[in-house]
Amino acid sequence: MAVSSALIDMQNISKVYRMGETEVAALNGVSLSIEEGEYVAIVGTSGSGKSTLMNIVGFLDSPTEGVFAIHGQKASGLTGRQLADLRNREIGFVFQQFNLLARAPAWRQVELPLFYANVARGTARKRALEALTQVGLAERADHRPEELSGGQQQRVAIARALVNRPSLLLADEPTGALDTRTGEEVMALFEKLHEEGLTLVIITHDQEVAERARRVITMRDGVIISDSGGTAGAAHHDRAS
Amino acid sequence: MKLVRYFPVAVDSITANKMRAGLTMLGIIIGVAAVLSILGVGRGASANILDEVASQGTTRLTISPSTESEGEGAGAPVQTLTMGDVKALSDPAFHPDVVEVVPQFAGNIQLVAGSNNKQTRVTGTTADYAGVHGLEMAEGRFLTEEEIARMSNVIVIGTAVATDLFERTQVVGESVRINGEPFTIVGVLEESGNAGFGSNDDSGFIPIGVAHGRIFNVPRYRGEYIVTSASANAVSEERVEAAELQIEQTLRLRRGLGAEDDNDFTISTQASLLDTIGAVTSTLTLLLSSIAAISLVVGGIGIMNIMLVSVTERTKEIGLRKALGAHTSDVLLQFLIESLVLTLLGGLIGIAVSYGLALLVQRIPNFPIDILIGVDALILAVGVSAGCGLIFGLYPAMRATRLDPIEALRYE
Repeated sequence: MAVSSALIDMQNISKVYRMGETEVAALNGVSLSIEEGEYVAIVGTSGSGKSTLMNIVGFLDSPTEGVFAIHGQKASGLTGRQLADLRNREIGFVFQQFNLLARAPAWRQVELPLFYANVARGTARKRALEALTQVGLAERADHRPEELSGGQQQRVAIARALVNRPSLLLADEPTGALDTRTGEEVMALFEKLHEEGLTLVIITHDQEVAERARRVITMRDGVIISDSGGTAGAAHHDRAS
Repeated sequence: MKLVRYFPVAVDSITANKMRAGLTMLGIIIGVAAVLSILGVGRGASANILDEVASQGTTRLTISPSTESEGEGAGAPVQTLTMGDVKALSDPAFHPDVVEVVPQFAGNIQLVAGSNNKQTRVTGTTADYAGVHGLEMAEGRFLTEEEIARMSNVIVIGTAVATDLFERTQVVGESVRINGEPFTIVGVLEESGNAGFGSNDDSGFIPIGVAHGRIFNVPRYRGEYIVTSASANAVSEERVEAAELQIEQTLRLRRGLGAEDDNDFTISTQASLLDTIGAVTSTLTLLLSSIAAISLVVGGIGIMNIMLVSVTERTKEIGLRKALGAHTSDVLLQFLIESLVLTLLGGLIGIAVSYGLALLVQRIPNFPIDILIGVDALILAVGVSAGCGLIFGLYPAMRATRLDPIEALRYE
């Protein structure tokens, strides 16, 4: 068992997809650790492996090789049910296309992770409203997605990601579907939440978004080619392995 | 309980697509309504017939000749039940449990009154017929012993005959002609109010001797006029079987049948008649409701089809739910309960439709049968529609659980 104070600890992670006869390595021996309270941007062109990395960090996918631990606990060999519980408890997802349910009011969207966490209905509703207050949408709790602007929809999605108090907020191109001004609002909200202590990982190909982060990790062809912060010599280490 | 919390999700998804849900449910609605209505009609009809039979007395025995050909080779069928048999059976010394043996010879013949005429089933019989068959008089009286003995030209008719010939039912004392002979009407029967089984509205009754000697060209067997059937009463309900045995012995003896010979007559009791009717109606009901049940299967396949479409349409939603921590069982239950709610709703609407139909049909004046929808049929309907939802919803729900969340989230 890896002994580490890090929130996320990845050692030599590889992910190989089999496409017919050929094998494609989406990740090729990535080592990375993220401390609690960090604000990290992962950048790279499409095909660089950043989405695969995000899927592994988000427990949506498991690595072919390597050790992956959260809170010092190894997360390999887990059942689908245990992975689902980890996603529910540890990770808050924010997607480019918001991914809200078409017909449910905002508070029902936000409540959803608590439904799967078996939180009692009354408590769930209360916590959903608290999360909506946190993103500044308390008065829009009864509105459906079609009655909300793009920026408001993304804030509902952020409230949904926050509601079960995750260890890590994982955002995949969170401003990709927004215009510059509302994108700016969403980024400001992320930064406010980071100030309040939230660990934040943003996957993006937008250089402007990436530069706002305290730490920028750049990926290409399944390896990390630069890391502006984090553990010393991470990039070098990576190349050596 | 967590299970209950899937129902609002299911109701949401169904109400979001009301038109589609309605059309999908139609198969189940029609299936349930058809099965319930047929069961109801079947039960009602059988209750009606059983009532009718029971009202005619449960002590009655009916003796009819078999229509098998006699002797070697296939000759013409010979009827062997005669007036001689009736006289023999009337002897109380050998038949202590048999009373009121009544011969009948029936045929169809034209009744004429003025310029009106009517083809009528006319039965020659004796005075006891009214008692044994439970006939009620609307006007006048039934045939008397004296009229039977004298072979008087008198007739008792049913209400339909009276109205067809005279356009009224108060016709006692009027005259009708049969084969050119005048007959005086001495009585009119009570209307049975039932067009079906056991109605005498279209009948006429004359003394047996008149029917044998003057009206019908009746063949004789061993010197005695034959009869088309005879009926008798047992002294009590408990003695029906004993009476049957006494009749059988006498008839076998008179025919000189050996131990290995079959009866050339049949004796049926009301109990055996009730059994036969019960068997026939329940077989018919079963057959018809099986046909109706096919529409339930078709409806179920419709449900499966729409649920598969729904799973494909909501691929992204399923991916999202999995990303947010939904277990496989959560996804399975969500879709299973959705199809369950769909079919249960369809089943309940089907029940309402069948009740509506029953009430509507009952409004038709003189509709011959009551439609009886029992609680057991309702439980069956609810159970079958719920079963349909679970069986036909299982495959689409399993398809939903098999989706890979990464692929599903990327699905457009």
